[in-house]
Amino acid sequence: MSAIIHRPLGGKIVTKPFLILGLFVLISAYFIIRRFLFGMGDVSNMNNGFPIGTWVVLDVVIGTAFGCGGFAMALLIYIFNRHTYHPLMRPALLGGVFGYTLGGLAVMVDLGRYWHAFHLLMPWYAQPNSVILEVGLCVMAYITVLWLEFWPAFLERMPLGFKRRFGLDKLQAFLKRYMYVLVALGVLLPTMHQSSLGTVLLILGHKLPPLWNTQWLPLLFLSSALAMGYGVVMLEATLVNRAFNTPSEVRLFARLSRVAAGLLIGFSVLRWADVMVRGQLDLAFAGDLNGNLFLLETVLFLAPVFILLSERRWSQRWQFLGAVCILAAGSLYRLDSYLITLQPGNGWTYFPSAPELLITIGIVCLEIMLYLLFIKTLPVLPGGTAKA
Amino acid sequence: MSLSRRQFLRGAAGAVATAAASVAEAAAPFAPRENKPLPPKAIGMLYDSTQCIGCKACVSACKDANGMPVEQPQALAGWNEGTWDTAEDLSGKTLNVIRVYQHGTMAEKDHEVNGYAFVKRHCLHCLDPSCVSVCPVSAMQKNPLTGVVTHDPDACIGCRYCVLGCPFNVPHYQFDEALGQISKCQFCQHLLQDNPLFTDNEAALAQAGTSATELWKNSRIPACCDVCPTGASLFGWVNDLQAEAERRMALKPGEMYDFPRGLLGGDRAPNTAPVGAYKPHIYGEKESGGTQVRYLTGVPHEKLGLPVLPNHSSAAVTEGVQHTLYKGMIAPIALLGGLVMLARRSIKGEEKGPHEEESSS
Repeated sequence: MSAIIHRPLGGKIVTKPFLILGLFVLISAYFIIRRFLFGMGDVSNMNNGFPIGTWVVLDVVIGTAFGCGGFAMALLIYIFNRHTYHPLMRPALLGGVFGYTLGGLAVMVDLGRYWHAFHLLMPWYAQPNSVILEVGLCVMAYITVLWLEFWPAFLERMPLGFKRRFGLDKLQAFLKRYMYVLVALGVLLPTMHQSSLGTVLLILGHKLPPLWNTQWLPLLFLSSALAMGYGVVMLEATLVNRAFNTPSEVRLFARLSRVAAGLLIGFSVLRWADVMVRGQLDLAFAGDLNGNLFLLETVLFLAPVFILLSERRWSQRWQFLGAVCILAAGSLYRLDSYLITLQPGNGWTYFPSAPELLITIGIVCLEIMLYLLFIKTLPVLPGGTAKA
Repeated sequence: MSLSRRQFLRGAAGAVATAAASVAEAAAPFAPRENKPLPPKAIGMLYDSTQCIGCKACVSACKDANGMPVEQPQALAGWNEGTWDTAEDLSGKTLNVIRVYQHGTMAEKDHEVNGYAFVKRHCLHCLDPSCVSVCPVSAMQKNPLTGVVTHDPDACIGCRYCVLGCPFNVPHYQFDEALGQISKCQFCQHLLQDNPLFTDNEAALAQAGTSATELWKNSRIPACCDVCPTGASLFGWVNDLQAEAERRMALKPGEMYDFPRGLLGGDRAPNTAPVGAYKPHIYGEKESGGTQVRYLTGVPHEKLGLPVLPNHSSAAVTEGVQHTLYKGMIAPIALLGGLVMLARRSIKGEEKGPHEEESSS
């Protein structure tokens, strides 16, 4: 049997970048405390025209799309049977673990009546028509699945004697045996909630401009989340490779890039065809803010296609640029549909306040810190293939 | 495996054409759910902007009836020492407000050009409310009998999707409170709930010992309509209010008319006043799938902050999509089954031996 050996990276944990990230986390913690003591208005510019701000849009909507690496790779490796990509699975999974878990943390900061949050799990409160309920339950389930999928990394690290003593070796065998169920759930759940993050917007009706408001929102959100998943896997691996001199995976990514390019083409075709069919193409070329944002999104979605399908895909530098482009495209698309183009009327405007953004930034920094801690202490990154 | 770029692009171009064609075929892939009917005992309000004198008695009465605090914007705090409610718009602390439209010299009331007009803003109690459709924990509910859209802060988690989803921007969250809640007009339902007329309790109705007409005449009514001196805000059965609105619309502007006050079908002395020059649109009848509030205005409603809306609710669109995708949970369960099977085969296959290179895609 061939298996991929994962190894902890080792090395010092408390480095200078780690401390700088930590500083941002502390600043964020300070403002989070203020938010709970004095209310959201104390730290945030959210208002009743824009009741959803950066905490939801950056940390949850965009953050979980960044966390789709695990979803995207699992789909490719286990469902489409492309085991060549296996070395990329565990780091992608870890990205998902933190992307989603900290998205959940951001929700707790954002909920106005957080002490009732458990109502989401109580069947007698459930309102089955609510898209938000579906997203909430689905994300909670997926966070659980992600941690379970990642458990083997902890178990591999534990001394055998310790595992035997607490029966954890049996758990390890159990997880290994039924991993396919977790993998299947790990593909189904993000398919459901990433598409529903698009469906959520349909309720906006006239508040969402026609270039963004379409019944295809679920498919557009799902396909762009998958593309972002591949983008984030490329980005993470390149950064880790550069920072820690690990073996390069350029060749693997050159193949992966075609998958990503296909998704980007599919997304763009669907989007433009839909706008054309609805007869709203003139809005794209109207020269106003919305039209230009739509065109900018299209450029960002298509630019990586040209990089990823050309010979440049063999160069790490271009791969990196392509990945950044995909992530920027997906992020801008989400930011536009949730915040920038929103027209609540009545003179409402919104721009996030500094403390509000610092909370968001701190949560992202915590994510990076935990990622670094985990890859240094746990077997996450591939350390070569060996016969077992 | 060795797929040249040209081949790929040719394939992609073909796929583009096919995709575009199929999109064209199914421009609206999901039909919106049907609109919802008027509840059997639907109560509502008729607001006649031309009869409103902007006294704001309704704003103050609403605060008293609902225990909401006085509000004063920072800009006005200097001369107003907290004694006078100067709410500028709906907010977490204001469930009902009078706003004014101003243009040019503001010489004439209810004139779009060089004129001014009042508008009363509160919940319209939609027949197919977005806030009820989005609420994950059933905190927003529509009373199946009276149609009043209620909010239960003890269930609410504060996600604020009702605020985002409402086409009229009615529910407001108290951002300035540590333990804030969602505020919205609930038709003073705490004042109405003792009246057996608004329940389906036939026994209580029979026991009341008076006729339904008497019960109606003696009913307590929402505070804003109760105090309105001109009858600009009128409470009643939605069907009666619709008929009243149509009656006024049919009159000649300037003609004298007895405007009922407080309660449509009540005993109060009417207010005799000239009929306004109404725009030919009863706002609230069809907007967003219909509401239980009607507006008669002298200037176009969109100038008064009442948006132009389609005749169906966004809730119907969203639920149309959701109910198609998740009908009986068949699609997700089937998908899960397929995924489990594929993942199992894939993992078993990988364990068995040297895995095959991927086949050409």
